[in-house]
Amino acid sequence: MPSAAPASSPTADFGPALLEAVGIHTFYGASHILHGVDFRIGPGETVGLMGRNGMGKSTLIRSMLGIVPVREGRILAGGQDLTGRPSYQIVRTGIAYVPEGRGIFGNLSVRENLVMSARPAPNGSTDWTLDRVLATFPRLAERLGQAGDQLSGGEQQMLAIGRALMTNPLLLVLDEATEGLAPLIRKEIWRIVRLVRDTGIATLIVDKNVAAVSAITDRNVILVKGTVVFEGASAELDAQPDLKHRYLGV
Amino acid sequence: MSFDVFADPAIFLVQLLNATQQGLLLFLIASGLTLIFGIMGIINLAHGSFYMVGAYAAYAVAEATGSFWLALPIGVAAGIALGYVLERLLFRFFYERDHLYQVLLTFGLILIFEEVRGMMFGEDTHRALTPEALDFSIPLLGVQSYPAYRLAISVICLLVALGLYLLISRTRLGMMIRAGAYNREMVQALGINITFVYAAVFGLGTGLAALAGLLEAPVASVEPGISGRYLIISFVVVVIGGIGSVKGAFYGALLIGFVDTFAKVIVPEAAGMSVYLLMAAVLLWRPTGLFGRPA
Repeated sequence: MPSAAPASSPTADFGPALLEAVGIHTFYGASHILHGVDFRIGPGETVGLMGRNGMGKSTLIRSMLGIVPVREGRILAGGQDLTGRPSYQIVRTGIAYVPEGRGIFGNLSVRENLVMSARPAPNGSTDWTLDRVLATFPRLAERLGQAGDQLSGGEQQMLAIGRALMTNPLLLVLDEATEGLAPLIRKEIWRIVRLVRDTGIATLIVDKNVAAVSAITDRNVILVKGTVVFEGASAELDAQPDLKHRYLGV
Repeated sequence: MSFDVFADPAIFLVQLLNATQQGLLLFLIASGLTLIFGIMGIINLAHGSFYMVGAYAAYAVAEATGSFWLALPIGVAAGIALGYVLERLLFRFFYERDHLYQVLLTFGLILIFEEVRGMMFGEDTHRALTPEALDFSIPLLGVQSYPAYRLAISVICLLVALGLYLLISRTRLGMMIRAGAYNREMVQALGINITFVYAAVFGLGTGLAALAGLLEAPVASVEPGISGRYLIISFVVVVIGGIGSVKGAFYGALLIGFVDTFAKVIVPEAAGMSVYLLMAAVLLWRPTGLFGRPA
């Protein structure tokens, strides 16, 4: 359980990493985006990844998931070195990805979006069934037959999270899950993220709302220009307003 | 110009059945083409070669064993296997390439297929035996009659179309195929091996083209150059129906079957242009085809 780890001890041993980057360098064409980033997240851990726009947060996630290639460094997932492997092999170690922009299949129905990629966890457990996901997101239950592109932004976000849970993940990666949503919907998304975290699923959260992130995470990492400039517990971050001001602009 | 075809209900019925059969057969070829083009973005000029593989399989197996029905599974399996292997060995390296490279690759494949065909079967014209059980005619109105085998082609094509519809709309593989056409990166990021889905789609498409060749072998000549028999027209179907839309390929193929068949009896002088005029008209009305997604 995440709550078992004291928040004041960011280096607490959470066991072998679910997902780990070791000294990775990533390029988009000629531009050097990540400069030797180390990052790890262990079972049940809740980690916030922070930084201003364009600092490399999404690129770090996409590099670790094998969506964009790393030029140097290693990617480990589920205890194996999966550097250079296709993303489907990396996420099959128990990772679910909710991308920025949600990545809903607009030409598939809500039901199809949910069941298409459903699978048991690596250990075979199937805690998250269609029924449980629909009980968690009653709005989706009312729209099962509708095409994905007919949903509102908030509903699409719920669908993206529901779809991720259908893969019975050990780690949920949320990239800008509340972006562009109305305040009430944001609140609902945060409620669900807490709920997911409390079931023991590790979560990696990228979000512009620093206060909302640090309120939920055990540990936070700040990226500036593709380099990790801070790593520490939420309390540690809250105690250093100048740090937040300098690196996050809040 | 002559409208005699409408004067005699029996002749009209025969043309109607011909148009349906031609359209449905065209659908088998075009559905694979539209899937491969729409999902993987591959322009496969060698698609017609799989029709040829089917036609020659029908001829060779029926000749060797005396059974046309044995040729069906063998020929379809050959078409699927060949498509699958070529996808793994060649096509997968061309997904990200410009269409020009794909055209060069697949044009080269046409030449190789044609050369191998020549070495195996020579340059003679053949015809597969009509299956005995269907080698009779069904009397229609008046003195007209219609070959039972041609009706059987239509029935088989309709069953395949139904199966394809169920596969794409009801199964998880079908969902992956559709999702892959929408956002292939996300499909991968959800843990699905899209390369397997691609190879499956490729094999499915080439298997369908082979099936068309098999089915038509008893009623059309099996001869050099048949790989080009439906190639251009099936691209016209893909464009009319909307790239990537199997439903569009179905209606587009039937539309072309009807226009082509009736143009031949009504305005034989201009029949060759009819389907291209149809395509131009459809594109003016709907630039992405009947069922294409707006760009």
